[in-house]
Formats: sequence, structure tokens, C-alpha cells
Amino acid sequence: MATTAFQKVYTKISQITKATCSLKAKGVGYDELATIDGKLAQVVKIVGDDVTLQVFEGTGGIPTNAEVVFLGKAPTLKVSDQLAGRFFNAYGMPIDGGPEVEGREVEIGGPSVNPVRRKQPSELIATGIAGIDLNNTLVSGQKIPFFADPDQPFNEVMAMVALRAKADKIILGGMGMTNDDYYFFRNTFSSAGALDRIISFMNTTEDPAVERLLVPDMALAAAEYFAVEKHEKVLVLLTDMTSYADSLAIVSNRMDQIPSKDSMPGSLYSDLAKIYEKAVQFPDEVGGGSITIIAVTTLSGGDITHAVPDNTGYITEGQLFLRRDSDIGKVIVDPFRSLSRLKQLVAGKKTRKDHAQVMNAAIRLYSDAANAKTKMENGFDLTEYDKRCLDFAKEYADQLLAIDVNLDTTEMLDVTWGLFRKYFKLEEINIKKEFTDIYWK
Amino acid sequence: MMTKGTVSGVIANMVTLTVDGPVAQGEICYIETGGDRLMAEVIKVIGANVYVQVFESTRGLKVGSVAEFTGHMLEVKLAPGMLSKNFDGLQNDLDKMDGVFLKRGQYTDPLDEERIWDFTPIVKVGDSVIASDWLGQVEENSQPLKIMAPFQMEGVATVKTIAPAGQYKIKDVIAVLTDENGNDVEVNMIQHWPVKFAMTNYKQKPRPFKLLETGVRTIDTMNPIVEGGTGFIPGPFGTGKTVLQHAISKQAEADIVIIAACGERANEVVEIFTEFPELVDPHTGRKLMERTIIIANTSNMPVAAREASVYTAMTMAEYYRAMGLRVLLMADSTSRWAQALREMSNRMEELPGPDAFPMDLSALISNFYGRAGYVYLNNGEVGSITFIGTVSPAGGNLKEPVTENTRKVARCFYGLEQERADKKRYPAVNPIDSYSKYLEYPEFAEYIEKRINGTWIGKVNDLKTRMQRGKEIAEQINILGDDGVPVDYHVTFWKSEVIDFVILQQDAFDEVDAVTPLERQEEILNLVVDICNTDFEFVNFQEVVDYFKKLINVCKQMNYSVYKSEQYNDFKNQVVAMLEEHK
Repeated sequence: MATTAFQKVYTKISQITKATCSLKAKGVGYDELATIDGKLAQVVKIVGDDVTLQVFEGTGGIPTNAEVVFLGKAPTLKVSDQLAGRFFNAYGMPIDGGPEVEGREVEIGGPSVNPVRRKQPSELIATGIAGIDLNNTLVSGQKIPFFADPDQPFNEVMAMVALRAKADKIILGGMGMTNDDYYFFRNTFSSAGALDRIISFMNTTEDPAVERLLVPDMALAAAEYFAVEKHEKVLVLLTDMTSYADSLAIVSNRMDQIPSKDSMPGSLYSDLAKIYEKAVQFPDEVGGGSITIIAVTTLSGGDITHAVPDNTGYITEGQLFLRRDSDIGKVIVDPFRSLSRLKQLVAGKKTRKDHAQVMNAAIRLYSDAANAKTKMENGFDLTEYDKRCLDFAKEYADQLLAIDVNLDTTEMLDVTWGLFRKYFKLEEINIKKEFTDIYWK
Repeated sequence: MMTKGTVSGVIANMVTLTVDGPVAQGEICYIETGGDRLMAEVIKVIGANVYVQVFESTRGLKVGSVAEFTGHMLEVKLAPGMLSKNFDGLQNDLDKMDGVFLKRGQYTDPLDEERIWDFTPIVKVGDSVIASDWLGQVEENSQPLKIMAPFQMEGVATVKTIAPAGQYKIKDVIAVLTDENGNDVEVNMIQHWPVKFAMTNYKQKPRPFKLLETGVRTIDTMNPIVEGGTGFIPGPFGTGKTVLQHAISKQAEADIVIIAACGERANEVVEIFTEFPELVDPHTGRKLMERTIIIANTSNMPVAAREASVYTAMTMAEYYRAMGLRVLLMADSTSRWAQALREMSNRMEELPGPDAFPMDLSALISNFYGRAGYVYLNNGEVGSITFIGTVSPAGGNLKEPVTENTRKVARCFYGLEQERADKKRYPAVNPIDSYSKYLEYPEFAEYIEKRINGTWIGKVNDLKTRMQRGKEIAEQINILGDDGVPVDYHVTFWKSEVIDFVILQQDAFDEVDAVTPLERQEEILNLVVDICNTDFEFVNFQEVVDYFKKLINVCKQMNYSVYKSEQYNDFKNQVVAMLEEHK
């Protein structure tokens, strides 16, 4: 980054840790950017003349006489329509060989939307996957993560959801993504002919870890441009937020903060909320654009009590779990642990009226099947009902829960009714008479 | 001349100032930066160094920026005109703010100075009054609101003049009082109060005893909360805390409902904005929004203001209680408030307590819950603040500081359970661990038996015992197998399932089932008690299972039917007929 005239250059660094540098400087603003021998850094602490900078690339190789230049601004992104179809690094610099983007420079991590200027989300996002559309319906303006172990095919499902979701723009924020996964996304979007709708901010495993902290804010600054100024439906994919949280922990550790649960900073909840709460449905008066966030939080051995998934669960509007079902040999969307908190805004309103009741009945019966399975494993005799539940569960998983399903919601409901009739008696499904009168035939 | 300060350090939202005069702990100041004025509160003083927490983003703030102190603590302005409004945690009117995004340093007046009120005097010239006594009355959304003598006034004053009935604005002088020292005090409709101090402008705070009807069966029937009572709802995410809280705030029999969205999702607040203006208060037939105030400090708003938001909400509740109204205060979630305290404590480098929370967390929680209550006002009238807070325990583990400290002070415990939520048994309130201490109050027993004209607590305790027994038997069946236990055991287990499916489980999204008035709850309770007291004869366990599944299905259809409708009576008769079958 070029220095401009009359900028004061400091050359005396008093303290260097793995992630931060400190020096004496005057007139520095909080959150301001600086370059240290060309490496980008941000002010994280000011005590009198002592200024502490967080160095995104890491401090390796920085000498105590490095040139420090303060840029007088927080991190920014240049926004314009030229962003579409482009691939950037965590600083918003092109990595696709194309030219730099021209546009208005906006500070990233800007203010939040006034809650009274939001609209209640009410537009269904159809993905064709029944484990999502039927049981955990997504709504535009929602924020929802996949909770998944690193070996599960969450990136594949996410790419599929993104392509089927009919968004005007898909913004991919990659944090600690492997190079292979990065190419997977590029190739998938490119072969679907969707490249012109994609904007990508990428921090791969080859890049410095602290740089990741910029990625979500970059992605969301771009999203806000298209949603607010262009009134578009924007889908933001953030993967993987656990890597993001790990970087937060690194910085807070270097700043000698007292860690709270699982060595995470005490501010983890607020830090994550600031990102996820950027999901919004704007009312028609301001153009009706929306930002929907689908994220990935990788788990360690399925443990959702770890601070990252736990705090995430309290912020996001539900979560999606993937699980390999050994009975059918496919990956399914787990109906017990997955949840979309906004589904009632569309289920039965934008979909057929029996949606909610059918969904609940099927899950209840599936849970009876799980109990029957436990009984069987413990060596007890199964009742005739137990056996029917088990058969139902297998077909239900195969025809509806598996991630390779592609149906519209009415078809999903009809398939479920078909399974009810095949395996159960009317009084066993506990559905309101109003619906059984129509669909139990 | 107010004290001034200059910024000497910045770490996130904690700023150090060097001051030129006296400052008070908790005093408010404004820091100038790049044309914005940032509100901040003093949290620690060491010599000339004053530590303040800033209620806004500190981006761009520089050493040397100037701060101006105000001489008062964080206060709210109280007057008619606050109902149906949406405030942030510092009582800014969110609807008055410009633009889609919240601009830093934008503060708006919570009150409307131009609105005209029909005022009726209560006191006469020559009357003696003390602080908080009612001087007159206006009406807002058909709620009678009292105009009171200044809360800070000391001793007994005499009414020198009182405005005649007529139309006034909140800044108009409606009375002149002569205080003990002979000074005349002009009184308008506006009061100020520092939010961190409890209002104690009442005569007595007895044990509460009056049922606060919520229409939620698992609360009213099993673990009732009372007017002026306290309760808390802990639960892991996804177990339905918010749905339950919204149900209570929609249906509770209260005059004023204040909802403090403290560090929670913005879309949940939007749901209230969107739905409450349409929904009808089941007790008065008026729109729900008319009795509701929302304090929205969502999770992405600055963390220091989150801490303030619950106090702002409580102070407003105390204002309405002093008018003799029944106030319901809901805070979602108190864990976010505790986390805000933790973040600040951490930045101040205080020695941490358990889970890095500040050491005085327990005291802060108990003082806060202590501000709720049922009170006799100085004029003999009554008012109440019922407080229900949610707790979001990390990892769903109830052995964490916020849950443990809340349990010490809240009298009702509605524990939400992951297992029930997974089985879609909503509301997922654990029927065995949850409790209401009010069931043990003789005052409550006397009140409830008068209200429903019969025994209640005995039946409820009987059902609780049956739930416990049902759980034990379920465990035995799991170990021994269906055939390994006597048929009776299956009957006992299925009776507990009837209690669960018919009373405890309730569909919050069904128009009819969502709210059950007390009269209907009594009828269901009696029906379920009848089922439980019936001696059934069955040959084998399969027969038990089939019979009870059918019975539960009919009962559920009854719950979905409009009370006393033909359909309802029809289902009820079916249940009664079924009871005869296996006697």
C-alpha cells in the first residue's frame, strides 16, 4: 500500500508478540489501520502514547525498526457492481488476476440495522432437500449454520443449497478453507454457469490465520451494498466459523485477556452476533432486499456444548445437522437436532396448510422408531407397532431425509402422507381431523 | 461548571479519561469524536484516571478527545406516552431514528412533548402529599396513568395549586407543591429516575398470592406464577425459550407488559413489532401492542448498553407499579446481561470469579430480582411487577454461575429440556424438576381455591407424583422389557403419558390450543384426574398401549376444539365413554 505525502512514519517498535506489535505514537484512532513494513495491521489498544497493533499476517520477520504508517481509517472495501463474479483475498484484493475494483470505499464492520426498520422474514427459500424444506424450512433473511464434523459433506450441501436458492448474489466467505475445497466451490459455481453471481473472499489454510478475522466483515459489506443499494436477494456463505473463532482466541490470548469457556474470549457471543445479525430482510419501502447467511461451524466429534457451537446456537435462527444413516447408507439431515426457528413463518402459510402437523407427526414417529431400535439393540422383543415404525423410518430416511432428494414441498407432503397410510392407523398419527379428512384417503 | 476529561486510553468500549474535577461512580459523560458524541458511564476511578464504558462503537476515537460530564447517573425519563413504543437499552425511541442503520451518537427523546393529554386532578388544594402520591390522572390506550408527586421529593408537602381538568402536555405545570421548607415546587408529568436504584415508594411488600393467569397449562396448572412473583426459564438453545416467553407476554393477565430483548436476535423483536399490533389481548379485547413496551437491545448492539437495558426496563416497570398497575416484565436473556458484565470486568482486568464472570454476579442478580414484587402503595392501593427472565446456560449445563445464582432468588423454575424438545413435546418444560414455590404458600392456596371454587393444589400435587412414578416405570420398562413388568405398570406409565400429552403439551402455534383460560384448564385437570383415578382392567400390555393411544388422540382433538363447541362436547363425551369401556 502506497504512503501519501505528510504521513508520519514511526520506526521504533517497543514490543513484538506473535500477533501484535506495540509502539509509541500520537493522534492514532481506535480500530485504525496501519502498515508495518507493508504488512497490514489494526489498532486494538491505546494506553496514552502506547499503541498496540494486531498484525494480520503475523509478526514473523518484523524488525524493531520497521516502518509503521497509520492510514487514518478502519478496514474498507470498495463497493460497486464490479464486485460481481470476482475472487478476493481477506483484504478485498483480487486473487483472480483481474483488475482492482473501482467503487465507493466503505468501512467494513459498520453499524447494525435499526430493528424497527427490519421486516419480518416471510419468503421461503426452496432447496428441494426435504430434510430442509419439509422439516427445517429456510426463510430469506435468516441466519443458520450447518453443525458438522469436518469429514461431513457440508460444503457440497451448501453449494447445492446456494445454487438452488435463486439468490441474486452468492457471496462466499472462506476462512481457513482448504485449497481443494476452494476449487470445489469455484468449479461447482462455474459449471452451473453461476460465476457472474458469485463474489468470493477467501482465506485458505495457506494464508495467515489472523487474516480470517476480516473475511466475514468483507463479505457482509459487499452483501450490504447489493441488498441495500441494489435491492437484491443476497445469500452469504461463511465457512468455517470455527476457524474464525480460533483466530479470535489467538488474538485475545496474545493480548493477555482472561479466557472464558474452552479458551475462547469472553466476548465470543458479541463477536459472533455482530456477524450473524447482519442477516436481514429489508421492507419494501427500502427496496425489499435481503441478506441470508448460511454458515458452517465444524464440531469436534459432534460436541455441541463447545463454546463455539453453543454460542452460535443462541445467536442463529436454528442449525442444521448432517448425519450418516447406516440403515440406508446415505447422509441425511438429522430431524431431531436440526431446527429452523423461522419455519413457522412460512410453513402452512407459503406451503400447504397441513405442513406443520405432517412434519411433527413424521418426526414423532421417527423418534418412536429410534426407541424401537434401542429396544432391539438391548435384546428385547419388538411389538408389531415397533416393527412398523422401523420400516417407516427406513423409507422416510431414504425418500425424504437423504440429501440427494429434490422435490417441491407439496410432493414432500404427499410422500409423507403415503408413508403414514402405508404403515400406520389413523389414530396413531395424531393429526388434526381437519387435515386427515382431506389427506387420509 | 461540569467536570471535563480527556481521553488517555482505549481498549474496545472501555476508555480511560483524565479528569479536571470531581466525578461520581456511575456518572454519565459524553465523549466528542469526529462530530459524534458518545455516551459513556463511569465504572472505576483511580486518582485522576477515570474508566468509563462507552455505550457505542469507539472506532476512530483518539487520545486527547474531550469528554464532558453531566453530573447525573444513567437515568430514564418517565411520563405518559411510552406505551406501544420501541426503545433501545438507553431509552432512545428507535422509531425516531433516521435511516436504516443505527447511526453512532444518535440519541432521541423517549417522550413526545407535543402530545396532548386529558388530565383529571385527584388531589385538592391544601391536601398533604409525599413523594409518588397520585396528583392526577390521564388515560393512555385506555389505561389510567397517574401523575405523581416527584419521586425525589422529601417529607410532606402541601398542594398549593392543582390544574383543573383539561388538556395538557407533559411539560405543562399541573401542580405546585409547597415542601416542608416552604419552597414551592412546580410539578409537570415528567419524572426522572436513575436506573440502577430500586424505587421504594411503597408502604409494604407482602408475599404475593394472586395467580397471574398465562393460559399456558404447564405453568398455570402445574407450576403457577403469581402477580408480583419471580420466575426464570433456563434452557439450551432450540428448546423453545423464546416461544414460551412470547406466549406468556401475549396471554398473561397484566395491565402493562414490558419486554426487554437483551442481547437477543433482532428478528425476534421484529416478530413482536409485526404481530402484537394485530393480536388481541385475550383479557380486554384490545390490541396487544397497546399495553406493550419493547426495550430492544439486540445482540449486535453495543455491549454496555445491553447491560443498561434490563435496568431501563425494570425502572419503567416500577414507574407503572407506583400507579397501581399490574406489570409483567420479561427479560430475554439475563445470561447476555451477565456476559456484558463479564466483558467489562475482563477489560478492567478484575480478578475473575467462576467461569470468568465478575465476583459480584450473585449480588447483582439477586438485587435485580428483588426489585420485582407485589406492593401496597402509600395510599392503600396495590401494584405489582412480575418478573420472568430467561437464562441461556452454556452448553445447556445448569451448573453454571448464572443459572445457579438465579435459582437462589427466583421462586418459579421452568427448566426447558433438550430431550423433550427433541421429541417435540412442547413446551419442553421438564415436569419433574420444574417447580413453583408459590404452591407452598398458604396465601396462594386460599386464593386459588376461592377462585376456582374447589380443591386444586391437592390434585396438582397428585399429578406431579404420577409424573414422577411414570418416569420411574419408563426406566424399568427400558431395562426389563415390555413383558418384564406387570400390566399395571404399563397402565401407570400411560396415565403419566395422558398428563403429559393432554395437560403439559400445548401447541403454541394453534389458534385454539395456544391459550387455555383458567376455567378450561380446570375442566381438563378434572378430566385427567378422573382418567388417572379410574381402575382399568387389561389383559396384556399391547391392549394398554392401544387403548391409551386412542384415548390421548381423542383428548388432543378436544384440546384443538373451540371450548364448549359442539365438536368439543362431542370429543369430551367420547372420552367419558371410553373410560367406561375398561372399568
